[in-house]
This record gives sequence, structure tokens and C-alpha cells, in this order.
Amino acid sequence: MHVAILGTGNIGTDLLIKVLRSEFLDCSIFAGRNYKSAGMQKARTLDVPCSDKGIDYLLKNKDQFDLVFDATSAESHLKNLFSLKKMGKKVIDLTPSNNGMMCVPSINIKASLKHKESNLITCGGQASLPVAYSISQTHDDIEYLEVVVSASSKSAGPASRANVDEYITTTERALKYFTGVKKVKTLLVLNPAVPGVDMQTTIFAKVKNHNLEKLSSFLDTIVKEVQSYVPGYRIEIGPIWEGNRIVVIVKVKGLGDYLPKFAGNLDIINCAAVTIAEEYAKEIKGNERKVNYK
Amino acid sequence: MNEKLIINDATLRDGSHALLHQLTSEQVELYCNKIDKSGVDIVEVGHGNGLGASSLQVGESLTPDRVLLQAARKSLKNSKLGVFVVPGFATIEKDLKPAIDIGADVFRIVSHCTEADTTEPHIKFCKKNGKTVFGVLLMCHMLEAEPLCQEALKMQDYGAEGIILMDSAGYSLPEDVKTKVSYLVENLSVPVGFHAHNNLGMAIANSLEAVKSGALIIDATARGFGAGAGNAQIEALAAVFQRRKEINSSLNLYELLDAADIAEKFIINSMPHTSSINIASGLAGVFSGFEKHVVRISEEFEVDPKDIFFELGKRKILAGQEDMIINVANDLAKDRQSKNDCFYITATG
Repeated sequence: MHVAILGTGNIGTDLLIKVLRSEFLDCSIFAGRNYKSAGMQKARTLDVPCSDKGIDYLLKNKDQFDLVFDATSAESHLKNLFSLKKMGKKVIDLTPSNNGMMCVPSINIKASLKHKESNLITCGGQASLPVAYSISQTHDDIEYLEVVVSASSKSAGPASRANVDEYITTTERALKYFTGVKKVKTLLVLNPAVPGVDMQTTIFAKVKNHNLEKLSSFLDTIVKEVQSYVPGYRIEIGPIWEGNRIVVIVKVKGLGDYLPKFAGNLDIINCAAVTIAEEYAKEIKGNERKVNYK
Repeated sequence: MNEKLIINDATLRDGSHALLHQLTSEQVELYCNKIDKSGVDIVEVGHGNGLGASSLQVGESLTPDRVLLQAARKSLKNSKLGVFVVPGFATIEKDLKPAIDIGADVFRIVSHCTEADTTEPHIKFCKKNGKTVFGVLLMCHMLEAEPLCQEALKMQDYGAEGIILMDSAGYSLPEDVKTKVSYLVENLSVPVGFHAHNNLGMAIANSLEAVKSGALIIDATARGFGAGAGNAQIEALAAVFQRRKEINSSLNLYELLDAADIAEKFIINSMPHTSSINIASGLAGVFSGFEKHVVRISEEFEVDPKDIFFELGKRKILAGQEDMIINVANDLAKDRQSKNDCFYITATG
């Protein structure tokens, strides 16, 4: 299946490398706003067709792809909504735009394939939600859920830095949506230490009665599921009961495709995006076969 | 050195750490009524990590920010009401807007010393709403003067009307303060400030050095009540200023001494001091607010809290990363376990 990538920053460029490696996907357009950007230069060395006309180029050449990855910013995504709808293609939104159907592949990939637009929430959402969901599936008395995301400063580009509030709001919205818990909180810390620290996400839960055994076995299954598309995902500590709260600490090591391995935050969101696109490609292919057969 | 200093009393904000964030609105009201007569320019109120920071990560507040701020607002007539805002913890919608509605006057927008660009929307928002807004750079011991100044300049560009350096770990010595403060004073067009911690016993000396180097905004607390070993003691600082005639502040020593007595009697449950753990925290360059968490977790994992602090320092862990204490304690406990196992094998084998 042919795909277009809109946005040539850190996320877009890392995504490109993952798409090129996929046996189900081909990148027919890598579109941004500046030919001189590092991402665009990289794409040209990989012989990928590039454009500096962004969304306009996609509109004019919509017969060249079946799916668009939007790796711009929440603001741009909302501006582009009309154009994206007009194209009528499947859209995978990697910005914290709070738009479209929220998707965490290990939880709801099947449902998300049916929607025109899948939103990938935030990196902290992708890392924490499998755990938060597991807690909600094994405990029916959760009073409060909290997610703390630490990422290396170097892995947070200028768009992320200017949009810390959106990051928090979007992650909190997803936490409520996937767990049904009403009281939630998300905190974000950027750490400039050199060499960069691996992305860490800590999930805290306040419950009346904790059942760590049941939670552990649920987590085992879902973590394997996540690892099938994010190989660097692992539970570092937990679940433990510490200071009257459930604590689970997750670390994500990136594949180191375009960005360093410590940028697990970018890796996890891109791995999720590629997985959804691949599943979508398989579905289209299946449908095509059915049509041809008739 | 004759320009008048702006004194920010952080007792009811930094002191919140020392109380495990169990401050009540009655305590806020009592202290504000008293301190309002002492010539303090700003009284900062709220959770130790600022608005919206009540959490399992850093500690849950007994009383919501809103209630504490309302209590302070009611009592402050002369001093301005200040709030502390860390993007990543607080957001404009959830925290800044309500604080503006309650009538906070001074907004200090905070980031780690290398991450000033996370404060842009928040500084601009306060500015747009006609509020006094300062930028705060935390853990200033982790950066040299020149890059520190680059970050301060970003905040100044966003609209901050003053930049405060916080020695959050209490690691700095007077010569460090002199170098950094005077570099900023030379290169910024807005006032520079300093916020001390006393982990190495340097809080008063560092604050005086900051003033001598041109700082115009000084943070201090009653009895030094604050995270870890506490802050610069406001009543002691007032006495020091009184001895230096060229230092111009509106502090009234007698009123401050009485306010501090009230704080000691009704707010402070245990006096901050340079305990062994706080010295380890300071020398390791780790945020003073970690103290209570480190003590609790070290007991649970049966490891030495000093070891935890030095390991946290080695890993360059920042304010707000309290979950990392569990990682470190867990690793230290594992190390000890594997050493014991080795011993066991040697002893039996």
C-alpha cells in the first residue's frame, strides 16, 4: 500500500525509515515545508519523492497514496482537517490534536481500522495506556490514576516544547477514555542529561483493594502484545504496592532508526502508527482480493 | 546597590514540601495576616511544586490550591499574592485561569534550567492578562553562567519581568552565585533574583552574595521553612540587611520576628536543618524536595538514603522525577542482594 507522510521533523523522518522497512508499505510522498530541513535531506538520500508544498501537494496528487500519516503539529493538523477529509483517505494522526478516534494498537486496533482517522494520542499515552487499561480491567475500585512521563530533552522537538499543555490534556483525555476512571492526572518532565536517558513512564493508581497477582498476569499478555510492535517496550519495575499506591514503571528503548535509542517516546508512537497502517494495508488487500475473485 | 529589593516570602509554598503538603487554609490565613504588615513584597502560596502539582508523584495536597489561595487573598492587603507554576505539572486551563480568577498578582513560571522554552505559552498568557510574571530556572547549579543566561534570555523574550535562579539542591557556594548572578545582571534587561536552599549551610551567605552581585529579587522563608534543609531564613536575612546600610529593602525586622514566631508555633512541625540526609542531598546536587520520599522509600527497600541521593545525583535526576527514587532504591537493593548471594556462595562453596 502506498502512503504519504506529512511533516518532515523528527517524528516524520523516523517514521519514513520504519515505513521503508515494512513489507506492506511504500512511501510515495514525503511532504514538508522546507527542502533544506534535515529530514528532507535524509529522505532524498533514500530516494524518496519529496515535496516542500506540504498538504497542497498531497491534495493535487491524491491518487498516489491510500493513507496519510500526519506528523506535523496539533495546530497544523486541525488546520489541515478539511483538506484531509476532502482526500477521503485513511488518516493516522501522530499529533496531540485531540481529534479522531484514539488508538492504542494493543487495546483497540480492530475498532480503529473502521474509522477514517486514527489518533495516536501522545507517546506517554502509548506507553502508559496498556498498563492503565490492565489496572482498570483487574480492579473495579480505582479512585485515581496518574501517569508521569520522563523523556530526554533532546527527543522533544520545538513543537512538543511549545505544546506541553496539549500533551497533558490529550493524555488525560485518553486515560479517562480507555479506563473509565474519572480522576486522572498526567505530568511531563524533560531531562537534559547527556547521554540521553531512556523514556520512562510511571503509572500510579489509588485503589481500595489491590490485586497485584491478577494485574501481573493481565500485564504479561498485554506487554507481549505491545512488544510485538514496539520491541523496546518493557516493564522496569512492578507492579508493586508502595506508599499506598500501585506502581508500575515502564521503559521504552527506541529502535534507533533516525533518532538515538533513548528517544523511546518517538519510537513508540511511530511503531504504533506503522502497525495500524500495516493492518489497514492487509485489510484493503483482502478486500481487493474478494473483489477480484467475484 | 540602592535600588529597592523585591522580597518574595515562600514560606507557604516551599514550606509545603516540609509539611508533606498538609497546609491548611487556617494556617495560611494566620500567617498572611501577620506577614502582610512586615514589608514583604510578595507572599507565595500553594503546593511545594506549584499549582496543580498535587499528585502521587510529588505528594498530594491536603487542601486544594484554590482554597489556600482564597484564604491568602482574603488576608493580604499590602503584600502581593504570588503563585508558582511549572509547565508539565500545571496547565493554563486547569490552573492558571482559576488562579487569575481568585486574584493572584504575581505568577512565577518555572522550568528546569535548560528547558525555558516550555514556559512560553504560560508566560505569554499571564502577560496578556495583565499579571506580573517572572521566570524561574530551577537547579541552577547544573548549568554554567553563559548557557544559563541563554535560557533566561528566552524567558525575558517571552515577556518575563524578572528571572529568578533557584539553587534547588542547595549545592551552590557564594562564588558560584556571584558568577552566575552577575553574568545575568549584566546581560538581562529585567531584574535577576535568587532562591537559596540551605543543604550545605550556605543559604544566607548565598543570598547576601546574590544581592551584592546585583540581584533584586530575593526569596526567603520564616525560620528557613522549606524543602530539605530549608531556605534562607527571612528574619535572619532582614537582620543581615539591616547591618548593610547600602541594601535597600522594605522589610520590618520586628514584624518579621513576630511572624516567624507564629510560623514556628502554628505551621512548622519540625524545624528544617542540615541533617545528614540533607547534606548528602545537597552535595549530590539533588532537589531538596526529595528528602521525605527518599526517607520513606529507603526504609521500604532497606537501603541507605545517602546512597540513594548520591546515585540520583550520578543519574542527574531532576525536580519532578520523584518516581526515579524507586528505580534507584530497587537497583541498590538488587545490587546488595547479588552481593549477598556471592557471599553466600563463597561462604558455603
